[in-house]
Amino acid sequence: MILEVKNINKSFHDPVEFKVLKDISFGVEKGEFLTLVGKSGCGKSTLLYVLSTMDTDYKGELIIHGENVSSYGQDRLAAIRNEKIGFIFQFHYLLADFTCLNNIMIPALKLGKLPKEEIEYKAMEKLRMLDMVDQALKPASKLSGGQQQRIAIARALINDPLIIMGDEPTGNLDSKNTQVVFEILQELAHEKGQTIIAVTHDNDFAKASDRTITMSDGQIVRGE
Amino acid sequence: MAYSINRKIATTYFISGRKMTTVAIVGVLLGISIFIFMNSLSAGFDRTSSTSFFKTTAHIRIYKDDVLSSPLQEESENPILIVNPKVVPTKNTIDNPEEVLALVKQHSEVVVAFPQVNTPVFYNNGESQIAGTTIGFPPVEGNQMYKIETFMVQGAIQNLEVNRNGIIIGSGIADRMNLNTGDNLSITSSKGVNLNLTVVGIFQTNNSREDKTKSYVNLALAQQLLREGNTYITDINVNVIDPDRAPQIAEELSTVTGYKAEDWIAANASYMAASRMRKIVITFISFTLLIVSCFGIYNILNMTVSQKINDIAILKAIGFNGKDVIRIFVFQALTIGMIGVILGVGFAMILVNLLKHVYIGGDIGYFPIGFEPLVFLKGILIGFFITFLAGYVPARKAAKVDPVSIFRK
Repeated sequence: MILEVKNINKSFHDPVEFKVLKDISFGVEKGEFLTLVGKSGCGKSTLLYVLSTMDTDYKGELIIHGENVSSYGQDRLAAIRNEKIGFIFQFHYLLADFTCLNNIMIPALKLGKLPKEEIEYKAMEKLRMLDMVDQALKPASKLSGGQQQRIAIARALINDPLIIMGDEPTGNLDSKNTQVVFEILQELAHEKGQTIIAVTHDNDFAKASDRTITMSDGQIVRGE
Repeated sequence: MAYSINRKIATTYFISGRKMTTVAIVGVLLGISIFIFMNSLSAGFDRTSSTSFFKTTAHIRIYKDDVLSSPLQEESENPILIVNPKVVPTKNTIDNPEEVLALVKQHSEVVVAFPQVNTPVFYNNGESQIAGTTIGFPPVEGNQMYKIETFMVQGAIQNLEVNRNGIIIGSGIADRMNLNTGDNLSITSSKGVNLNLTVVGIFQTNNSREDKTKSYVNLALAQQLLREGNTYITDINVNVIDPDRAPQIAEELSTVTGYKAEDWIAANASYMAASRMRKIVITFISFTLLIVSCFGIYNILNMTVSQKINDIAILKAIGFNGKDVIRIFVFQALTIGMIGVILGVGFAMILVNLLKHVYIGGDIGYFPIGFEPLVFLKGILIGFFITFLAGYVPARKAAKVDPVSIFRK
């Protein structure tokens, strides 16, 4: 099991005490394409951010790749995100001041395991895979939404993470681009063995994934 | 590797926000250059005024102080009550000048020490007389202390050594009596001694009161003018390595010799107070300017942090930690600081150079300002320090950005 949560509980305190996640437990296998669905406000995004290690204000256990990270400090979690997790967001794609190629390279440069030339080569390979080579040297802000999302996917893949997490990765895209992104994610899961966890409210997207967890009022109602 | 990616990000932000960073750089430039300029000015003033000050004043003067009369028998059973204690007029000379001088010279921080006798004289100009003062001292040591050679306009101080009956007079006296080196001058002392001396040199301090009244002669001649022998010494002048240490050394010399030793700071309290006041004002103004430019950087970095809040969230999501974020923004601040400091130092050099060539006149001459390496160093260090602080505060704010709250908006 690549990711496991046990008895996750989380409350918001502002403006009033509100239990947003109630006793959540489940596991995700390597190479699985998992989607989280539910009505808005059901806690699916909150759960995703707990899984992502960015939100540390919860009770329960989070085990990533056999490591219980629940008690880790921010710096250690940042290092885990850098190496093991890739992110694709709905709106917040790229660093606007950098070229597409630099955007993709940044997580790998941060990781610092490979020389710069090799990282650049890898980044170009990802761009080739996503059919975006001709955009490599354009500033990120000059691209369309669908193009930016593909660059964001390339960035999420640069360190060959174990898990790729997406918060509505296709929420901002038209149906054609949605299809493209979906196919890329499916290929990553089934051919490269990378685990995908995506929050979505697109039912077609969810249906086509390997497993769907449905949430309601902070609890898992189906797909445990 | 990780550090260099932080630097790369900082540099990219620096370039993409060049309009704002330029404003911040100009702020630092002005702050630093005015700080260096004003402090150079202050240091220049201090140097000139103490140089002109030490043309006539020794660091320490040892003399016999008048003391109140005290009972002759101290521990008797019926103490003698002195109803009206007063200063007993004893002679005001140093009893054992040779020994005192030897003791003073033993002190490790003493550079030069010599006996001096000052006496009022009249310079006889036909019927009229010019009142003045003549100073008797050993010429070589005297020159070492007062740097007389730097303000000689005719002849040389060494001539006094050669010609025992020589006199060096101020330019004001020379002008009024139409004297040149080689001419004879008759002087009369307060004790009625009349001497015919040869002018061997003329000095000009640009302080007209000094130039119109003062002259230098050999020590023996001054003693002769007072009808005294060669043991008649009223003052011993002492110069030390560091003039600022004069008060402590004066105290030590006073203890060793048993005579009053007065340092130049105590002797010129009002001058010192004025100079201190000037320093405080200049320091205050220059620091205010620095703080203003500091706020410039702070504001602009704060704005950058607010603008880049999305970027900060993304960076944190992809594995940058709080320290990395701090480094990115502090590096940006330091880049602004470095460019500002370099340009500021250049601008300060231009200002100093311009003012250095402005003629003021009087005994100052050209504007008393120069390149003070210490002031420049201080300006550079303070510049980096304030840019670091001004960058660190917003950077810490950036480091605390919670990515989740940004992504969920």
